[in-house]
Amino acid sequence: MLLLIFNRVLLAIPTLVGVVVVTFVLTRALPGDPAAYFAGPAATQQSIQEIRVKLGTDRPLIEQFGRYISDLARGELGNSLTTGQPVGKEIKARLPASAELTLIGLLFAVMIAVPMGILAATRPNSFIDHATRIVSTAGVSLPVFFTGLLLVYVFYYILGVAPSPVGRLDVFLSPPRHVTGFYLIDAALGRDREVFVSALKQLVLPALTLGIFALAPIARMTRASMLAVLSSDFVRTARASGLSPYKVVVTYAFRNAMLPVITTLGMVLSFLLGANVLVEKVFAWPGIGSFAVEALIASDFAPVQGFVLTMAVLYVLLNLSIDVLYGLIDPRIRINS
Amino acid sequence: MSAGAVAERSGIAHARYVIGENPVTAFAFGLFVAIVFAAVLGPSLVPYDPLASNTSRALQAPSAQHWFGTDQLGRDLFSRVIVATRLDLTIAVASVILVFALGGLAGIAAGYYGGWIDKVIMRIADTIMAFPLFVLAMGIVAALGNSVTNIVIATAIVNFPLYARVARAEANIRREAGYVEAAKLSGNGDGRIVLMQILPNVFPILVVQMSLTMGYAILNAAGLSFIGLGVRPPMPEWGIMVAEGAAFMVSGEWWIAFFPGLALMIAVFCFNLLGDGLRDIFDPRRRT
Repeated sequence: MLLLIFNRVLLAIPTLVGVVVVTFVLTRALPGDPAAYFAGPAATQQSIQEIRVKLGTDRPLIEQFGRYISDLARGELGNSLTTGQPVGKEIKARLPASAELTLIGLLFAVMIAVPMGILAATRPNSFIDHATRIVSTAGVSLPVFFTGLLLVYVFYYILGVAPSPVGRLDVFLSPPRHVTGFYLIDAALGRDREVFVSALKQLVLPALTLGIFALAPIARMTRASMLAVLSSDFVRTARASGLSPYKVVVTYAFRNAMLPVITTLGMVLSFLLGANVLVEKVFAWPGIGSFAVEALIASDFAPVQGFVLTMAVLYVLLNLSIDVLYGLIDPRIRINS
Repeated sequence: MSAGAVAERSGIAHARYVIGENPVTAFAFGLFVAIVFAAVLGPSLVPYDPLASNTSRALQAPSAQHWFGTDQLGRDLFSRVIVATRLDLTIAVASVILVFALGGLAGIAAGYYGGWIDKVIMRIADTIMAFPLFVLAMGIVAALGNSVTNIVIATAIVNFPLYARVARAEANIRREAGYVEAAKLSGNGDGRIVLMQILPNVFPILVVQMSLTMGYAILNAAGLSFIGLGVRPPMPEWGIMVAEGAAFMVSGEWWIAFFPGLALMIAVFCFNLLGDGLRDIFDPRRRT
């Protein structure tokens, strides 16, 4: 098993190298001179040259790449040109906000989609089966920013039950003492009921938006995979042996059906990390997505590059852990290795 | 009657059968016709100029005069939503055609030649897949510059692995097929075999792939313009119109963001359904 994990980690290394090369190419090797952009329209040739030297873009490409790698090794992602702040620090400070949102959204999606898929598969052509089919087709068609705005309109403007869709906390409260950066956990640790409730209230709508988005592929896959497993021989044998329907579905079928679902989680996460950016913009969520969007509008490259790299590295690591998890759950993979 | 005509007729009969059997596909096809109609003729049919502002009629709710209401500058939203169809559809179609050409040919080359060509192309595809796709698209538009053309390019690049993989798998099976061997023995070169034998056979599968990814291409492009990339105001485009209406959602003027969002949703929904329907026609085994 350890060998399996080790091999899988080795496989992730070329991918990470590819990711680093692509992020470098995206900003350095492409046409357009950031130095000329930042010097402004009134700049002289000399001042552009000075900025070039400051940015290091006057050096040969291979040397720039070497410097980029050594900066990365020290955890440096450059400075934002509009604020002058180091990008690495900013991303580190904002990452928990994005992670909390994405994880709660995914949790919500899994909690609804998996039971839904199972019910749909065990009762073909029933109401829940049709509902699942409609939800899984409509869900992938919904632009995530549109869902978010509709939820804001219904729950904030009409019903008045949701707080104003701005940020992670009520403006009059101060954030809990920093432990994990997850406000829900930090507030619970600090036994601060008021902050916990406020953080939860702010989180519900954006997490719901992401959840609705992720729900469709998970429900679809659960249904398809449960259907396949339920028609297999070992389930027939289990039924014929007189096991209770509950035991057949939950113990026998469900555990086997979950494997393909875990594989799709990788794809779902790819969409979720992208959708996260849009949801953060809608709810003014102070995560890394809204940080990158602000930088994009200002044509500030370093934060965008840092953001793309962070997201890609996170995604590679998440896929890695999904594969390891898969190996842990499925004994066949362990034996075959 | 020649064998080709028989095959063609049975193909049409099969398509008619699938559409008849599956009212959802027929519905999607109807929607598709309506969308194309709006894209082609929309700009000459709408009641108002989509760019003409009239502040005396700003922020009016939907009425008989303005079906979808007016925005903060008094522009007629119905006209804007309809006119935007052309731009949104053009971006999606252009990106899908681009990736069809690039990904399809690269995939066929990888599957047919194998060896180092295969390795290089698949490594590129794997590296693209290592990124969350929307995030990579953001990075590409940021690097290439903020324009509609670059949105098309970015959307095509993030879809590249999908097309390359499908085309590679299909070309790989056909490499050893009898008709390819026959073409080789009669002295055809590799290039001619790829273009005349492999491509026509892989084509239908790639067309299905196109309609399956159209919906995603529309969503991706609208998402990019929602965060302020590519399309610039006052140009009517669904993503940017939703972004413009977002601020009014909290003060109750729902229609500004709602109608462009709805149009976006209907278009994506239509292409997703159509893609599933087409797949059923061409590849009944993969039906879910």
